[in-house]
Amino acid sequence: MRFSDATKIAVTLHVNGRPVAAEVEPRVTLAAFLRDHLDLTGLHVGCGHGVCGACAVLMDGLTARACTLLAVAAQGARIETIEGLSDRGALRALQRTFAEHGALQCGFCTPGMLLAAHELLAETPAPSPAQIREALSGVICRCTGYGPIVDAVAAAASESPPAEPRPDGLPSADAPPSDAPPSQTPPDEGAPS
Amino acid sequence: MSGRAAPGLRWPRLLTGRGRYVADLAVRGAREAAFVRSPHAHADIRGVNVAEARAAPGIDAVFLHDDLAAVLRPWRGSHGLFPDLAAPEQTALARDRVRHVGEPVALIVGESRALCEDAAELVAVDYAPLAAVTGPEDAVAPEAPTLHAEAPGNVCLERAVRSEGLEQTFRDAALTVEATFGFGRHTGVPLEPRGLIAAYDAAEGRLVVHHSHQCPAAMQDAFAQLLGLEERRVRVICPDVGGAFGIKQQVYADEMAVVAAAVLLRRPIRFLADRLESMASDIQARHHVVRGALAVSAEGAIRAIDVDDIHAIGPYSQYPRSSAGEGRAMLSLSGAPYAMAAAGARTRAVFTNLGMSGHYRGVGHPIAAAVTEGLVDLAARRLGEDPWAFRRRNFAPYDGAPRTSALGVAFEPLPFAACLDALEAGGRRARLDAWRRDARARGVLAGYGIAAFVEMTTRGPGFYGDGGVRVSTRDGCTLRLEPSGAVRGASSVTEQGQGVETAVAQIVADALGAPLDQVEILTGDTAVAHHGGGTWGSRSLAVGGHAAWTAARRLRAEILEIAGALLQTDPAALDLQGGAVRDQDGAPRIALSELAALCHFQPHKIPGERQPQLTASAAFGPLDAPFRAGCGVQLSAVEIDPETGLVRAVDHVVAHFCGAVVNPLLVDGQIKGGVVQGLGAALSEELAYDADGQLLSATLADYRVPMAPETPDIEVLHVERPAGAADDNDDAPPRFIGVGEAGTAGASAAALNAINDALAPRDAALWRIPATPARVLAALGAIGD
Repeated sequence: MRFSDATKIAVTLHVNGRPVAAEVEPRVTLAAFLRDHLDLTGLHVGCGHGVCGACAVLMDGLTARACTLLAVAAQGARIETIEGLSDRGALRALQRTFAEHGALQCGFCTPGMLLAAHELLAETPAPSPAQIREALSGVICRCTGYGPIVDAVAAAASESPPAEPRPDGLPSADAPPSDAPPSQTPPDEGAPS
Repeated sequence: MSGRAAPGLRWPRLLTGRGRYVADLAVRGAREAAFVRSPHAHADIRGVNVAEARAAPGIDAVFLHDDLAAVLRPWRGSHGLFPDLAAPEQTALARDRVRHVGEPVALIVGESRALCEDAAELVAVDYAPLAAVTGPEDAVAPEAPTLHAEAPGNVCLERAVRSEGLEQTFRDAALTVEATFGFGRHTGVPLEPRGLIAAYDAAEGRLVVHHSHQCPAAMQDAFAQLLGLEERRVRVICPDVGGAFGIKQQVYADEMAVVAAAVLLRRPIRFLADRLESMASDIQARHHVVRGALAVSAEGAIRAIDVDDIHAIGPYSQYPRSSAGEGRAMLSLSGAPYAMAAAGARTRAVFTNLGMSGHYRGVGHPIAAAVTEGLVDLAARRLGEDPWAFRRRNFAPYDGAPRTSALGVAFEPLPFAACLDALEAGGRRARLDAWRRDARARGVLAGYGIAAFVEMTTRGPGFYGDGGVRVSTRDGCTLRLEPSGAVRGASSVTEQGQGVETAVAQIVADALGAPLDQVEILTGDTAVAHHGGGTWGSRSLAVGGHAAWTAARRLRAEILEIAGALLQTDPAALDLQGGAVRDQDGAPRIALSELAALCHFQPHKIPGERQPQLTASAAFGPLDAPFRAGCGVQLSAVEIDPETGLVRAVDHVVAHFCGAVVNPLLVDGQIKGGVVQGLGAALSEELAYDADGQLLSATLADYRVPMAPETPDIEVLHVERPAGAADDNDDAPPRFIGVGEAGTAGASAAALNAINDALAPRDAALWRIPATPARVLAALGAIGD
């Protein structure tokens, strides 16, 4: 049987807060569905094999690679894209510090970087540079050399008020009690020079 | 010059998911495209059967070579300055032979990419495989198969420069050091793959191409030439471009096939390369084997350098620039930072059955720097001398006088010593030595190394123009004053993230005394911009910025003249600042918006019966100077795990001289980004092919670009133009030197020297990059080669 003969499958899901119902071929990726069916072109397909991270979306509150998920696998899921997160102001601090630090050039990886940073800060409000780099380890940037992105995430983290609450409602790992002094960032292995 | 860290003009859109890359554009009625590509590195095509594919669901057409030949002619990457450069004819689709894995054979156009790929699987090609040439030494071996009858020995171009008495200089030298360097095959991996949408209107003979590309004017010319269209009826528009680095600089066979198909089909066709086909078909670069030698006196003075370079290109000379570029860098830049009496350089560009070759950020600079700096470190080590002091003694003097290098290249004086001073400042070496000592005490192989580099920017017309290559080294800018007092303009520079569009807007704002948010610059559309060079070779700001500055000063002059007439004041006593015409003491006399509205809607109110033009245009390009040089010294520190051979870059510093800085955020961005690409080349990136020419690094999981955790913090030190230089004269534009390739030019050289410093206590050395764990362990003798 040819792929093109396959019966379409009905999917229902939420995208950026709105219910969506569609019929999709089984082989359509979530990335293609969001981009081509819903015109949400903010996520980018840089590789199609789950390595570069530019296709990041939030799926039920956690980052996911839309290029390696099938649309049918998103049945019943709550999807947020860069557009949705941006429009509801969830990325405001990061977007500002990214601009201030030159944390983007061509912009193709930027949605992936912003979503990875957003997820990090929700769990770890005061990350060390090493923790930031680790959190960004799933997104390729070919333009900036990463340093400005790390600086931008650190700058956003150091701003009050505290970061977005975790999607699962649990307290953040490093969140200090409300009357404690600002948390110390863990000492990092400094560069030798 | 303001030197302000203004944010990129496109960033508000790009930060909110509102980018408009080629894949995001909606063109009514556009069809999609997929290719049948060769699975063989070298094979005859005995036959192709497309009947089943043509009948597949949703397919408009299947094109083979002969189908396109009616509208598209073949091309040759020849060069008028090198009449003996072998430039075999290349076609968009293979005709009777394929010469690299991934070469396009058939083009499928249809309703969706998925359906086109389905149909591609139904195309039957009968291949008769041939022996393949798979590397630089492979290509010149006596028994190597010959790719093209017109290129015996697979040589595309061979050139050599040799000083008088070079052999004698080496014989007389107290010390000669030698090494054979190997450089892996690299590609730029812009995160947005290549793509275009081609739309042809047969009624008007009009072609519009939305193209992820660096050089829309050059592509406009190429489309007109190769398709026999009137140039004025061809328009190329570059939307947001997700990185380029030289990979999107040239003519591609698959892209030409799509445009030809659009002409034949008379429907818009969109082609978006996916990453798998990009890895096989994007241009590749930097694949060299270089034998190098340095002759040194007993007092540690460099006497001569001699390099013999083989550059493995792909099966064709690149078009339109030809494949002379990387070899030319070896002939110009080997030994460039140093004074020496004699030098020799030989380069051979050789055809292989590996992927198509082209220009990737730096174009030969990284190779020349790594060879030169590796030999310099080797000499210093043999003499038991500090490599920094050795370099100081031997740098070409910065005494204001231009010099001609031993290879015959004229260089402006370059402040290498000042760059080295900047690296040494603040006790950095003491900290590095302490770190190295501590790391070694922990059983880690640790080392640091430096590399001096020259960056040839802002090329003049003597290479391409005089070579009959239709690539412009000029750019232009047109500005006009709108009724609101805002300035709107078009520039022929192009933007792929480096920020040149923003820098041009800053230059215009500065020259007009206007707030930056009152300046709007459009780039990337050949219908409105000058025919310009676009972005390549670290030139767009130096050239396009100069044109923008000149246009802005012309507009300013007219504005002040009109203001002078209105205010009955000598224009020379007026200034333009902060959106208003002012007295010299800053008192506002008339808002620019008021003046503009008057000119547009009530021009009769201006004394003197004037016709306000309020439009200014300027174009600029270098004339006599073949290039403008930037320079610097890079420092790399690495740790190597002796058990696994894994090399980790832990620190990197660039001391850089680049002339006037318009926007330090953008300049640093270019250097840092370039450094990381250079580190990738040194440590992990390699397009690996097997003995049959099969591409093994077929995905981003295999072609390993640096990721955030393995990338060090990069420090950039700007070395200012030393005093005494002509500068900051209102009647002349600031002296811009390009910067885009500075990072890549020296980073892998510095990393290689750091690696060898780390290996030195084990009496081991490595002269091949990338320095993969296997290669490092082999150098340590821990595993066999």
